[in-house]
Amino acid sequence: MIDFLTQLGKTTRAAFNKLGRATFFLLHTLFGISDVIIRPRLLINQIYSVGVLTFLIITISGLFVGMVLGLQGYNILSDFGSEEALGVMVAASLVRELGPVVSGLLFAGRAGSALTAEIGLMKATEQLSGMEMMAIDPIKRIMTPRFLAGFISMPLLAALFSSVGILGGHLVGVGLLGVDDGSYWSQMQANLDFQDDIINGVIKSIVFGFVATWIAIFEGYDAIPTSEGVSRATTRTVVNSAFSILGLDFILTALMFGDQ
Amino acid sequence: MQHTHSQDTLVGLFVAASITGLFFLAMQVSNLSSFGSEDTYKVTARFSNSGGLKVKSPVSVAGVRIGRVSAISFDKETFESVVEMSIESRYDTIPEDTSATIYTAGLLGEQYINLQPGGSDEHLENGGQIEITQSAIVLEEVIGKYLFNKTEEKK
Repeated sequence: MIDFLTQLGKTTRAAFNKLGRATFFLLHTLFGISDVIIRPRLLINQIYSVGVLTFLIITISGLFVGMVLGLQGYNILSDFGSEEALGVMVAASLVRELGPVVSGLLFAGRAGSALTAEIGLMKATEQLSGMEMMAIDPIKRIMTPRFLAGFISMPLLAALFSSVGILGGHLVGVGLLGVDDGSYWSQMQANLDFQDDIINGVIKSIVFGFVATWIAIFEGYDAIPTSEGVSRATTRTVVNSAFSILGLDFILTALMFGDQ
Repeated sequence: MQHTHSQDTLVGLFVAASITGLFFLAMQVSNLSSFGSEDTYKVTARFSNSGGLKVKSPVSVAGVRIGRVSAISFDKETFESVVEMSIESRYDTIPEDTSATIYTAGLLGEQYINLQPGGSDEHLENGGQIEITQSAIVLEEVIGKYLFNKTEEKK
């Protein structure tokens, strides 16, 4: 019993300790922004590896998610004779929820895990300590550009995901199943609001990008510098990002759409 | 870093494609294009029951949307619902003796305000009030009345 309590206390303290270190790490990373402004090249390289390389998986997934929504939505809506509402259904679910959340999860899986593995390996091969020896702050030089790249790329990717998804829904709904083209768009325009729906979706994706990238670079920086440690850190990145994104999504949805 | 030049192009393409996506969402998906910094004027109407009317519900004349409901409040003196509508400024020829009715789009659709223009030469202006109103039809009430009449007939 005592053992159990000791263990519980240890785990709790370790968790808070990690959260504290993660917060200081984040602040340190944010202080590096001025360095990145001087060297924009660092940021562009990272946007390439974080954003551009995630582009393909996001567009293809978005297209298929949109097509599935079109198909499923049509089947249900045609029972009520309101296939015209297909556009609203596809667009609202993509812009409000699926766009930010699914692209956040894909982002964590594709870009987040790559970031953790890269930084973890840098640590394991003592590249980070090497930089410190040369009086270069590895957090400002390595972490900040990666963090900013994730923070910038994620909203862009989520917007792409939603747009491609809506086109995918159009492809199936209008192209294959014969929903009227005009009502697909006009119902969408009549029922979706720029402020309430699109901006809120973008805010969500910014928050998810912030959290997922933060988790990814911190887990990499905090990894035990062995091959096993890096592999565990990569797993933790994906798991923790997924939890955080889904949990935050609930909170954000309750704040944004709760009072309607 | 090799291939930096093509990398730059790809980053540029990525950002451009994403911003196009955002633009697409703003223009094609939401109603931003038809709902910009449009000038509106406000008109109020009092209903004894505004039913399921909501802020942003459409206000239409002859089936064309000319504005939206901007606020709904309750008058504690007269126990009426005060509905404030924002009507686009270009539709400034609505007669003063126009009547407002709350209709439902379809059997289960959303509720909207329909304005039936009158014959007066005076036009409604900002802050004006529509005097002739007809409340929302509450389905339960109608069914209740119908059932009541049926049972009366049988006696």
